[in-house]
Amino acid sequence: MAHSYTPGLKVLKKTIFKKERILPLKGDVLVKSGDQLTPDTIVASTNLPGNVQMLKVSNILNIDPKDVVEALQVKEGQEVKKGDIIAETSGIFGMFKSSVESPVDGTIESISQSTGRVVVREAPIPVEVDAYVSGVVDEVVENEGIVLKSNAAFIQGIFGIAGEKRGDLLLVSSGPGEELTADQITADMKGKILIGGSFLSLDAYKKALSVQVAGIVVGGFNYYDLKAVLGYNLGVAITGTEKLNTALIVTEGYGSIPMSEATFSLLKENDGKAASINGATQIRAGVIRPEIVIPIDAGNTDDDSSSKMPEGIQEGSIVRVIRSPNFGKIGKVISLPAELNKMESETMVRVAEINIDGKNILIPRANLEMVETE
Amino acid sequence: MSKKIKSILATDCGSTTTKAVLIEWKEDRYRLTFRGEAPTTVEAPFEDVTKGVLNAVMEVEELSGRTILDGDKIITPDDGSKGVDIYVSTSSAGGGLQMMVAGVVKSMSGESAERAALGAGSIVMDVLASNDGRLPHEKITRIRQLRPDMILLSGGTDGGTTTHVMELAEILAAANPRPRLGQNYKLPVIYAGNNKAQDSIRETLGEISDLDIVDNIRPVLEQENLEPSRDKIHDLFMEHVMAQAPGYKKLMSWTDAPIMPTPGAVGSLIEMIAKKENISVVGVDIGGATTDIFSVFEGKFNRTVSANLGMSYSICNVLAESGLDNVLRWVPFDIDRSELTNRIGNKMIRPTTVPQSLEELVIEQAIAREALRLSFIQHKEFATSLKGVQSERTISDAFEQSSSGQSLVNMMDLDLLVGSGGVLSHAPRRQQSARMLIDAFMPEGITQLAVDSIFMMPQLGVLANIDKDELKEDASQAALEVFDNDCLIRLGTCVTPVGNAKPNSKMADVTLTFGDGSVKEIEINEGSLEMMEHPFEEVKVYIKPARGIDVGAGKGEELESVIYGGVVGLIFDGRNRPITLSKESDQRIDSLLNWSKAVDEYPKGEMF
Repeated sequence: MAHSYTPGLKVLKKTIFKKERILPLKGDVLVKSGDQLTPDTIVASTNLPGNVQMLKVSNILNIDPKDVVEALQVKEGQEVKKGDIIAETSGIFGMFKSSVESPVDGTIESISQSTGRVVVREAPIPVEVDAYVSGVVDEVVENEGIVLKSNAAFIQGIFGIAGEKRGDLLLVSSGPGEELTADQITADMKGKILIGGSFLSLDAYKKALSVQVAGIVVGGFNYYDLKAVLGYNLGVAITGTEKLNTALIVTEGYGSIPMSEATFSLLKENDGKAASINGATQIRAGVIRPEIVIPIDAGNTDDDSSSKMPEGIQEGSIVRVIRSPNFGKIGKVISLPAELNKMESETMVRVAEINIDGKNILIPRANLEMVETE
Repeated sequence: MSKKIKSILATDCGSTTTKAVLIEWKEDRYRLTFRGEAPTTVEAPFEDVTKGVLNAVMEVEELSGRTILDGDKIITPDDGSKGVDIYVSTSSAGGGLQMMVAGVVKSMSGESAERAALGAGSIVMDVLASNDGRLPHEKITRIRQLRPDMILLSGGTDGGTTTHVMELAEILAAANPRPRLGQNYKLPVIYAGNNKAQDSIRETLGEISDLDIVDNIRPVLEQENLEPSRDKIHDLFMEHVMAQAPGYKKLMSWTDAPIMPTPGAVGSLIEMIAKKENISVVGVDIGGATTDIFSVFEGKFNRTVSANLGMSYSICNVLAESGLDNVLRWVPFDIDRSELTNRIGNKMIRPTTVPQSLEELVIEQAIAREALRLSFIQHKEFATSLKGVQSERTISDAFEQSSSGQSLVNMMDLDLLVGSGGVLSHAPRRQQSARMLIDAFMPEGITQLAVDSIFMMPQLGVLANIDKDELKEDASQAALEVFDNDCLIRLGTCVTPVGNAKPNSKMADVTLTFGDGSVKEIEINEGSLEMMEHPFEEVKVYIKPARGIDVGAGKGEELESVIYGGVVGLIFDGRNRPITLSKESDQRIDSLLNWSKAVDEYPKGEMF
């Protein structure tokens, strides 16, 4: 049977979700293999080296760099407090002295005789990593962090903003084709993750921000509204570090596009449950898509669908069109002709014959996405 | 004539695809005979680049019927029925080579260091300089965040003051940067600054980094010495960066010449062609995330990478930088602006899709024009004569108002413009590629246009760089012959008279004498674009420009030359430089439709 590899976004009712929780630098792991974790459990911590202040001692004292050593009141490795004298000239008969004070609390890291500079390093900055999702420690990565394991429903979006958030899911739109409007968002939704349908306007997102909604999952959002949210034009899709109270996860794309039936019904099924979401997106080599993780009770079977290799499009597969024309429509693959076909644009491409709304049409395989479900 | 090299296998391991080509000696010249490709296998679940290489080579085996592999070994030498004589490879997998460079003065040693890094095929993540306006702790934070593959530190002329370059070294030491790949080795740092500071540099950076010291990149202000730094970057790329990437140690043991970073190989090929033919060349490779431009003017090579100007991953950045109006001016129909931005946004988040409808294709090619135009502006600003050089000026120079740091790029001098990358190489009609190149680069005078249809320049570049004595001559001959015969698709020649002319007035009379002796005369009028079909054959041309108009010999001066057609033919472009479009929508659309019709750019139908 003809076969074509087209990566799709995951919409999994039940899977074994694994996630690395790793420190940016080596440090201490605070849990051990098999430990039960809640999203807030701190699993590892470390200290990042503090900021550095460079003092141009020779310039400030107006002396030669090689004479700096003589004027110094401190040694390398010595701790200093803000305002402590670092260096001082002897002045004239003990008068008219000039001095350099430490601008911060820290440690003298180095003293240079070639440039006359003294480096003061501020106190280390503590960094902690939490579990993010409830589950168990599957594996400890020595000095770095852990791999978390959880039985969960798992959904990937196409694009998102803002990083990790958690809250209870709350179904707001009644169907996948319905817009989530500003007037539907109320103060009691603080801390929740709202489930919308086809579209979220800028006004509605602003309303959500103002009532401190934790996150919104919706089919579509306007690209040009992002500028109003982010304050800049989003040139490349690398997100996740935005300081926003409300994470936004778009499941289908830019514009008003009904959320796929599978995604919507899975979210609806889990209405009210606690979820962890992350809007971080990176569309480059090593793609990162935004995610919604809903921990569920372990059933009888360990369905490890997340580790299956993608099977690709086959005859009978359900696919979604991801570029105009027919953008957003769902259809069934009738055939996968081997030969190249000429499109209206005269581009020669490999196509799939798709049945959409009862009609068979040819669409470039590159413009199709598997709707991956169990 | 007997050849030492009868067959060559070359691969390019890109971030998504690994491409293999087989080059063979056929009677009297080297030809590309077969090519194959397979997905690159650097990332999980394979994590071994050689798997993708073997798959691509297997495709070559299948197509050619020739046995090249024995299990997972490449058979050498060629015994007439199986094996190949040499194997070479380039690589940009895993994000290519990413560097940070530092210099004392941003526009002097900083720029020289940047030129060396770019020329070696690297992406320059940031240029640190004493005068870049950032405070030391800001620089330190930046170095820590970026995690480059290596750092090139320069600054100061030989024997001059060492203070500033030492300050930079101290900032590096305080940042104690760690390399991007691999936790367990020290970051390679190349020092190419004031030779008087070498000992102090060793003292400051010797412990915390893997330090190499090479000759000063700017020994005196008037001279740039890039070679030692470039060569060292290539060595370290092999020893450190590549050695960390999965499977590369094995790949390195297979090749007969060092693996080169892909853009470094392309650059060296373009440099070689320009030198051999004694011409000025511009080459462009427009990808999904970045656009690389290479140029050789006045014998000087320059490369720039516009890191966020590309056709998929960074397509929205093209829109942000050029502005929607600049994209839309190339689109000959009205379209809802908000719908268009959503469509472009969707291309960014689903980067592998292709334009199915004609409308989508036109929009994509409009964006490509802007991405190319902006990248070329960046290139022109970077490809300059050395800044900070004092030169003796005579009275005549004073009238010319020339100064140091002027762009080397002179479009009237440009002889050959080569395009590559999906949107140029795979455009459904070659006329579309020619139009995109002309509209974006705006060549002047006589310029030959070409595209590298399968992006073979990397493999040919590494071939041209083989320095084993016994192979050198054949390898570089093979690179040049395949470049001429198989790599380039000659689109044709663009003839553009330049100067102030009234709308629709005559800019030049052109007399063309073809190989069969027939003669044709045409007029180039202001605002017009005309095309004449003619294959890649010699045509004698005599051009008589109107008063005040220049076609390359000077204002109003006649010009005789030889030009070549191609798959598109001869193009006569009477549009002003820069090409300006009417602000009136109707007039603008009229012009666009006329130009498209003149070169048969799009299929005839409702839209065209």
